[in-house]
Amino acid sequence: MASLKELKGRINSVKSTQKITKAKQMVAAAKLRRAQAAAEAARPYAERLSGVMASLAGKVSGDSAPQLLAGNGADQRHLLVVVNTDKGLCGGLNANIVKAAKAKARALIAEGKEVRFYLVGKKGRAPIKRDFAERIEKHFDTSEVRTPGFEEAEAIADDLIGRFEQGEFDIAHLIYPVFRSALAQDPTVDQLIPVPSPESDAGTGGDAVVDYEPGEEEILEELLPRYVKTQLFGSLLEREASEQGASMTAMDNATRNAGDLINKLTIQYNRSRQAAITTELIEIIAGAEAL
Amino acid sequence: MALRFELVTPAKLVRSEDVHMVVVPGSEGEFGVLEGHAPLMSTIRDGAVQVYKTEGAEPETIEVRGGFAEVGENGLTVLAEHVEG
Repeated sequence: MASLKELKGRINSVKSTQKITKAKQMVAAAKLRRAQAAAEAARPYAERLSGVMASLAGKVSGDSAPQLLAGNGADQRHLLVVVNTDKGLCGGLNANIVKAAKAKARALIAEGKEVRFYLVGKKGRAPIKRDFAERIEKHFDTSEVRTPGFEEAEAIADDLIGRFEQGEFDIAHLIYPVFRSALAQDPTVDQLIPVPSPESDAGTGGDAVVDYEPGEEEILEELLPRYVKTQLFGSLLEREASEQGASMTAMDNATRNAGDLINKLTIQYNRSRQAAITTELIEIIAGAEAL
Repeated sequence: MALRFELVTPAKLVRSEDVHMVVVPGSEGEFGVLEGHAPLMSTIRDGAVQVYKTEGAEPETIEVRGGFAEVGENGLTVLAEHVEG
C-alpha cells in the first residue's frame, strides 16, 4: 500500500500530464480547422488539373508520350515515397503509415523487385530504418517550416523527377494518410511516377476542337511535372489535416484516461487517509481503556 | 454577355467571377479572351493577367507565374502556380 505522500505525488503528476494533453488537444482542434480549410482550398486546382490531364492524355499517346506519362518501360526498381508527420502525439497515425509502407515494400520484394525508400517527415525514419536500413535513399526534412506549402512540394517533386530522369528508379509510389475524419485517417498507396493516365470522361472536349498553344506534347510535358507537384502538395495537406485530427482524438482519449486515473487515485487516497485516522482513533481509545 | 473567369492556384481559388475580357500572357504571345472564344489551351509565361470587368473599363492586373490557361465551354480557367498580390 502506497503511503499518503506517495499517492499525493502521483495525483499531482497525473494532473499535470492531463493539463498537457488537454492543451495539446485544444491546439490540435484549432489547427485541424485550418488544415482542413487548406486542404479544401487546394481541391479546385487539383480537380481542374486532372481534368486537363485527362483530356490531353487521351490525345497524346503511343510513342510520342513523354516518359513521365508512359514510364521508361521497366518496372524493376521501385521508390516508395512515404509521407509521415514531423511531430508525435498523434496516436497510431505514423504507425499505420509505416505499416502500409512496409506491407507494400514486402509485397514488391516478394515479387523480386528492388525497393528504395524516400522519406518525408521525421516520424517515419526510425521505424523504417529498423527493418530496411540499407534501402533508405533520402530523408526530406519538412520540420523546419511551420506549415509545409507548395514550395516544399515543389522541392520534393523536382528532386524526384530529377532522379527519375537520371534513371535511378522506374516507378515511384506515394504513401500518405488520407484524412477522412478526426477518427479515421487511411494510409493510401498511389502511383506517382509514371503518372497514371487519368480516366477521361467522354463528355469533356470530346466534340470540341481544342486549339493547343504551343502544341499538345509541349503542354503535356509541362503539365506532368506540375501534376506530380500537385499530388505531393495534396499529400502534404492531407498529412497536416490527418496529423491534427489524429492528435485531437489521441489527446482527447489521453485526457479522459488521466481523469479516470485521477478519480481512482483520489478514492484510494481518501480511503487510506480514513484508514489512518481510524487506526489512530482505535489506538487512543485502546490506550484510554487500558488506564 | 459575360465571360466566366477563374484563377486557381494550388493554395486556393483566387478568382471566380463574370468579366468582360481577360488578356492572358500566353507563351506564344498575349491573347485576349472574350465570351464565346473557341476552345484553347495554352501554357502561360510569367506576366500579368489583365482583367477587364466591363467594356472599356480600366484593366485590373494580376501577376502570375507558371501555369496554364484553358478556354472551354464554361469560360476561361487560368491555373497558375503562384499569384502575386
